[in-house]
Amino acid sequence: MARIAVGFAFGAIKKIQFDPCCPWKDAVVADTKDIPGENCVATIEADQPLLAPGRVMHPMEPILLVAHPDRNKVWQAARHVQITYEERDPVLTIEESLARKQLLRGTDNVFKEYLIERGSVKDGFLEAAHIVEGEYRTPPQEHAYIEPNGMAAWVEENGAIVVAGSMQCPYYVQKALKRIFPGRNIRVIQAVTGGAFGGKEDYPSMLAGHVALLALKSRKPVKMLYDRSEDMAATTKRHPSIVRHRTGLTKDGRLTAQDIDIVFDGGAYITLSPVVLSRGTLHATGPYACPNVRVRSRAVATNTPPNGAFRGFGAPQTLFAVEAHWEKIAQETGLDPLKLRRRNLVKEGSVMATGQVLKESVSASEALERCVARASYEAARLSHASVNRKPGPVWKGMGLALVHHGPGFTGSGEVMLASRAAVALNRDGMVSVLAATTEMGQGEATVLTQIVAETLGLDMSLVRVETPDTAKVPNSGPTVASRTTMIIGNILMKASLKLKDKVAKELGAFPTTAKGLKAAGRKLCAKGPLHFEEEYQKPPEIVWNEAAYKGDAYGVYGYEAIIVDLSVDRLTYEVKVDRVFTSTDVGRAIHPDLVRGQIAGGTVQGLGWALTENAVFSRGSMANSQFTNYVIPTFADAPAMDLDIIENPYPRGPYGAKGIGELPHNAPAPAVVAAVRQATGLLITELPVLPEKICHGMLMKKGRTS
Amino acid sequence: MKVLRPRSADEALRLFSENPLALPFSGGTDLMVAWNMGSLNGKPVLDLSAIREWIGIRKMPGGLAVGALTTHAELRDHPEIRRNFPLLAAACAAVGSVQIQNRGTLGGNIANASPAGDTFPALAVYEARVRTISRHGRRNIPFLHMFAGVKKTALNQTELIEAVELPFLHAKPARQVFRKVGTRAAQAISKTVAAGLVWLEKGGAIKEFRFALGSMAPTVRRLAAAEAFLKGRTPSSSAIETAAGLLTKDVHPIDDFRSTAEYRLEVSRNILRSFLGT
Amino acid sequence: MKISVNGRKRSYTGPAFKRLIDVLREDFGLTGTKEGCGEGECGACTVLLDGRPVASCLIPVEHAEGRKIETVESLAPGKALNPLQKSFLEEAASQCGICTPGVLLTAWSWVRAGGSADRQAIRRHLSGNLCRCTGYQSIVDAVVKTIKRRIR
Repeated sequence: MARIAVGFAFGAIKKIQFDPCCPWKDAVVADTKDIPGENCVATIEADQPLLAPGRVMHPMEPILLVAHPDRNKVWQAARHVQITYEERDPVLTIEESLARKQLLRGTDNVFKEYLIERGSVKDGFLEAAHIVEGEYRTPPQEHAYIEPNGMAAWVEENGAIVVAGSMQCPYYVQKALKRIFPGRNIRVIQAVTGGAFGGKEDYPSMLAGHVALLALKSRKPVKMLYDRSEDMAATTKRHPSIVRHRTGLTKDGRLTAQDIDIVFDGGAYITLSPVVLSRGTLHATGPYACPNVRVRSRAVATNTPPNGAFRGFGAPQTLFAVEAHWEKIAQETGLDPLKLRRRNLVKEGSVMATGQVLKESVSASEALERCVARASYEAARLSHASVNRKPGPVWKGMGLALVHHGPGFTGSGEVMLASRAAVALNRDGMVSVLAATTEMGQGEATVLTQIVAETLGLDMSLVRVETPDTAKVPNSGPTVASRTTMIIGNILMKASLKLKDKVAKELGAFPTTAKGLKAAGRKLCAKGPLHFEEEYQKPPEIVWNEAAYKGDAYGVYGYEAIIVDLSVDRLTYEVKVDRVFTSTDVGRAIHPDLVRGQIAGGTVQGLGWALTENAVFSRGSMANSQFTNYVIPTFADAPAMDLDIIENPYPRGPYGAKGIGELPHNAPAPAVVAAVRQATGLLITELPVLPEKICHGMLMKKGRTS
Repeated sequence: MKVLRPRSADEALRLFSENPLALPFSGGTDLMVAWNMGSLNGKPVLDLSAIREWIGIRKMPGGLAVGALTTHAELRDHPEIRRNFPLLAAACAAVGSVQIQNRGTLGGNIANASPAGDTFPALAVYEARVRTISRHGRRNIPFLHMFAGVKKTALNQTELIEAVELPFLHAKPARQVFRKVGTRAAQAISKTVAAGLVWLEKGGAIKEFRFALGSMAPTVRRLAAAEAFLKGRTPSSSAIETAAGLLTKDVHPIDDFRSTAEYRLEVSRNILRSFLGT
Repeated sequence: MKISVNGRKRSYTGPAFKRLIDVLREDFGLTGTKEGCGEGECGACTVLLDGRPVASCLIPVEHAEGRKIETVESLAPGKALNPLQKSFLEEAASQCGICTPGVLLTAWSWVRAGGSADRQAIRRHLSGNLCRCTGYQSIVDAVVKTIKRRIR
């Protein structure tokens, strides 16, 4: 099947005509009239339609759906639809949105706004010996998972709609479908899913609505696989951002004030923007203690496809700004970026901008010092400086960054999710893990198996993870936000302890052998599995006030320091990352190989965003929606990495673990900027750090342009 | 869809004259993408891949003849190419990926006439000739005359590329360079791609200089103005600067989503400067 | 037409211009080969054609006539894993797994041909296979380990 879009960014659909010379006989076409319930794809709000209701807000907005038994004929049919439309001047950038070129949302185009205030920035600036301002920009980033989005749907004899496909969040899909198909039984099954990185968080609900609508209309199973170009052009991206900093410091570099203004481009519909913006806002100060802080943030509407979740969820944008800003501060004050971080980083007892007191497991200093030592940072910087003074093929640069990340949903998010997960002893003697938590390569099935096996004292081979299927597993919430190990792991640990107690009570002891479990299964599960389901319980000492936007924004933070060592070619200004060092506090590495996998993979994605990944938009459409032109790192681009794991246990995480999935994406980009500054003397404040920008900067320095 | 698969050159020419709208097809690295997207409009395909006589590298008087269907991988690894035409071997190793090098053919690459063809600057400085064949006979087209614009060749309606002739250099060059500057370290499209050869007099003056750039104009270009200027001159820094300034006589790069004109020009100049400087 | 797939002669009777990847998956049921982009850029669909890595999304099936195709299924025909697969498992060189079949075959063509354990050379050979999960290092580790084991 195919979805038909018109490719203009903003305007009204006047007429849809079906060319009679095309054999429409075998094709099934669905439009808005076929939607039995609400025409929406519900996420936080329900503003995004499933099919454009007479007007389009972005160029990839679906208008019609076509299914045909023959794939090639789908394309033929799609080419025989003529849509007449009236195009209006679209809003394509953050600046145009803020200037209200057109009103796309409310009276000001603002989807969501936050304000954090602590102390008085006014007083802080009065106290400051240095005041440094800077502006930092980041581009949209494409997930570029190797498996494109895909979904299948069919209608069962009893009228139930079944949807199976590539997704992170089966219950999100179910929630969206319930509003489109009210009164129908909806079953959602996760098929084996290739990498996602947030790209299969909200968009699969759209795809599922499309296939289900056609399945319902055609009464046949319908499958839709996006090809690469459509996937890149139509699905979500990391929010582009503009972040402005105004920072006050004492003479010796202690922070007195951080005044931060953040704007994210949300795209045409609100989707996940409020929560992406919230995480970005809460991480905007970096892992630093400053008595006077103001953070103002807005997400605005434009006529581009909605931006959405991507590993880090708003934090990489604002952490890029605060970390790159240290270079600006260093440039203007002559203070050393390493010493500036040492002076200001958070420690136990430090207070964050929301008033959160960091009570435990604060590893900013340890991460920084370990990384600096492993990379011989200070010696290498000196040696690079001397290389750069002499002739040679490259300029060398080493840069660092220090970041944090709060795993789990922001603020009261976990309380509202009220996730549930279960373990069960089956008649066959196997223990089942029942959760809607999805495997997409990150290794959740392994880690959850480990946690349950360890808690029960079993070999891992006696535990199996059931397929996430809304007909069979409880709603453990979405597989996002670095929450699986920490939140779901904890729930399963509690459920496992209850199972263990119950079995021990019945049999005297919990059996730990296959044989013993089999006997227990036969004895205790005659009427069905012995099932223990638990719900997330907020630790009482974690307190968040959503209305005031104050308190414990996250239960804990992970910390990472990164050092990027790179060379800039003196002829071509190409940047080659030679080595990367990371020191990462993960609380406890439940599976060290998987933890390293997350750090290595997140680091290279972060390097891609820093150096080459540039989703270019033209009239609201992605102009480079191919792997040829959207340039992600290859084997030859990725550096050798020294991955240092710090274990500073989090008492409320399972076995001390903190979530780790997103943290590694936060750090590379600002470290690249710092390293390129050492190599070239140029401070590049807009990602990606393309050779074109370095070339331009060098020409400006020499006072000439080509 | 009609697929014609001749087993010999004669059969190919016959089928082509009977089906003049047919699309010649060899390794498929470009056309298969278009075919899969349904954008070949049902045109018949003249699949040349089974013509064995057009595969491989053969000696000819004064040079080598590379069959049109020879893959980039064969060229990259061929000892005679590596010895006599190292810039071409290097260019073939820089094309796409190993998977593409194993399938993409030199003839197909030329017929595709992309402004970013990685092998073109090397073929231009080696002064290759493209041997074409049609029912009316053969033509030998100097490489630089092969292209009429972006994705346009000088081939007429009934012509196919049979081989690329590489004349041996009259003497070993003093220095040579191949440099591809792409969007990333591998598997990249060129922002600029350069090949250069220089021969020096005993006293150090330039006897002959050949330099070609790809991705800098609608077609590959030799730097005629810079080449002429440098002939007979000692490559002093002021001479090199003048030559670098003359680039814009022969190339006019553009801004697009892969790069900027400024970057393409400055980097090409840097490669030239470094090649001629010591 | 006759094609040798994983050492077995198979016959195919459909359209001559069907993509090899579609023939492998749909006609022969060999779904180990994955499609990531359909434009020869990601390498997920890599198979070996007469021993050399090629993108099966760019090959009309008629080009495979009379030739030898190896897919990922050929690496472990029985229960035992191929030594390269064993190293991938030990080094956690696969995450989501969509790129893995293609990466394995490109890497196997290197190992089988006696390729060196030089990390830069391995990275160059594999640079037509994109992976978005691992950051590549664990894959390079696995290939190096396999080569060192073979040498020993």
